[in-house]
Amino acid sequence: MRVAIAEDLFLLRDGLTRMLEAHGFAITAAVDNGDALLAALREDPPDVAIVDVRLPPTFTDEGLRAALQARKENPGLPVLVLSQYVEQLYARELLAGGSGGIGYLLKDRVFDSAQFADAVRRVARGGTAMDPEVISRLLARTTGDGSLSVLSPREREVLALMAEGRSNAAIAQRLVVTERAVAKHTASIFLKLNLQQSDDDNRRVLAVLAYLGG
Amino acid sequence: MGTLRNGGRAAARGLVLGLLNPAGMALILLLFVVAKRSAGGPYLDQNLLRTLLIVLPLTCVVVLAATLIPGLAEGTRGLAGLTRRLAGDWCGVPIADPYRHETPARRDPATWRDMLWLSVGSWLGMLLVVLPAALIGIGVIGFLGSRLIGAIPPPAYPGNSTASILVFGVALIAAGLYSAPRMLTAYGRLGRSMLAPTGSAELERRVEHLSQTRTETLDSGAAEIRRIERDLHDGAQARLVAMGMTLDAAGQLIDEDPKAARALLIEARDNSAKALQELRNLVRGIHPPVLADRGLADAIRALALDTPLRIHLTSDLEPQARPFASIESAAYFAVNELVANVSKHAKASQAWIDFRQHDGMLKITVTDDGQGGADPRNGTGLQGIERRLAAFDGVLAVSSPPGGPTAVTMEIPCASR
Repeated sequence: MRVAIAEDLFLLRDGLTRMLEAHGFAITAAVDNGDALLAALREDPPDVAIVDVRLPPTFTDEGLRAALQARKENPGLPVLVLSQYVEQLYARELLAGGSGGIGYLLKDRVFDSAQFADAVRRVARGGTAMDPEVISRLLARTTGDGSLSVLSPREREVLALMAEGRSNAAIAQRLVVTERAVAKHTASIFLKLNLQQSDDDNRRVLAVLAYLGG
Repeated sequence: MGTLRNGGRAAARGLVLGLLNPAGMALILLLFVVAKRSAGGPYLDQNLLRTLLIVLPLTCVVVLAATLIPGLAEGTRGLAGLTRRLAGDWCGVPIADPYRHETPARRDPATWRDMLWLSVGSWLGMLLVVLPAALIGIGVIGFLGSRLIGAIPPPAYPGNSTASILVFGVALIAAGLYSAPRMLTAYGRLGRSMLAPTGSAELERRVEHLSQTRTETLDSGAAEIRRIERDLHDGAQARLVAMGMTLDAAGQLIDEDPKAARALLIEARDNSAKALQELRNLVRGIHPPVLADRGLADAIRALALDTPLRIHLTSDLEPQARPFASIESAAYFAVNELVANVSKHAKASQAWIDFRQHDGMLKITVTDDGQGGADPRNGTGLQGIERRLAAFDGVLAVSSPPGGPTAVTMEIPCASR
């Protein structure tokens, strides 16, 4: 699997490169600004681009804008955005296209390299990887207006993991239950929230995110 | 009809204004005395002029004495203050308060200007504003009254036929009604020339305001830095120390007890994640990332997404014409605090935030559908916002009747960067 990286801090860029290589990824480009990333993506499209939100020269949301631009030029290009902080506003902008292949994670998530590599693969395959912090804030907001009160505590847990973009198998492993139990929970959640059931993992995630974001 | 009503109201107001002064009071006294002394005789004789010449300086002396006697100075200020307020309300000429609040009244030049107004100015003013009422009064009672009711002797002048008396009466009333609003304005201007702060007084007040808000701003900046220092010291710094110790322990254990060393390494990793989380929260409190990235409108949009309230945002801010960073930040934290207040106290389900920027003013309104009853004098929160906005010459107005809705409006003068 081939990855392009845009990260301006040398230490992190170097660390990411080494970590991903250790997990069997090939690095097509490791650059330190948005323009260089766009050029690298045009020249040699990777399976997924990993982009830091804050990049030179403006040190604002340069990386985010580069990621959105790259997806405009190359629709469906999987992009994983990394940041020191996560903002629902940016998560929405990334998800606005309605197609998959989007990740938005805190930089801390690289601490668990196996999970991080898993998220990169998921995004590269067109899946979704939303940071638990984005999801917990989304849930807090939706819980505030009472529309999640129909769910049991366990179902809410499953909903959160589902919104992060995890598959049933991953959720089952995380909650130490069988996959069948998870499938039962998800069916119940979709029924209670009046959402369209779908076998496609990614469509399912997007439906849940749309529900929480609306 | 409107002109008539306006004229009448202006004449009545003029009469009240004129008589509410030392001059007016002296005049009432004077007329009373003259009327008593010349009972039965013609009521406009030379006594009036003579008495007037005595009463005028007498008023000055009385006012001067009143100003010099401690305690009574408050009275003259009250009287002058009443004129200021009425000049704004009735004459359309608002007059600012000129006093220096930290100097005793006796040494404040404004006190002497008050005195000048009360002794001399108010005489002139009274003549201006009482005139229309007098014209109308004479017209109604002296001319029309004498013809229509017949209880009063008709005015004696050559050729005083009924028709001419009626025409004369109507003309007097018309002149009174016509001149009344104009005289009110003239009175306001006259008042302003003596009661408004002088240029240097205005500058002094400005300097006083600036040095006060500067001190407050520096103080709150210093307090903020102390808070950040404490947060770093007790939070991230302490966690890094703990991490270093844990890593050292793991290093010592790694050969003889790899399992325990591994547990310590995981602990160190978790600690570093917590340190990062704490730093993130700290940064959010200092300068929210979206504000730095995108400016005010998007920062508030991001804030709205993080609150359980349903927030409707309208804004005409141009992304390329961002206000100065300090103003953006002050406005952001003010809105942040208002939204927090709404979620905590208002029992509201929705809020509306509106941003307007024009003519060098940034106007922000935060409205909610809650229970109302917010009082800026009770909440330290609203007072804090008001104080912080004052550093930018910004103002805050609260409208919050019991039962709601609450609307808080902030206006900050701002140049774009």
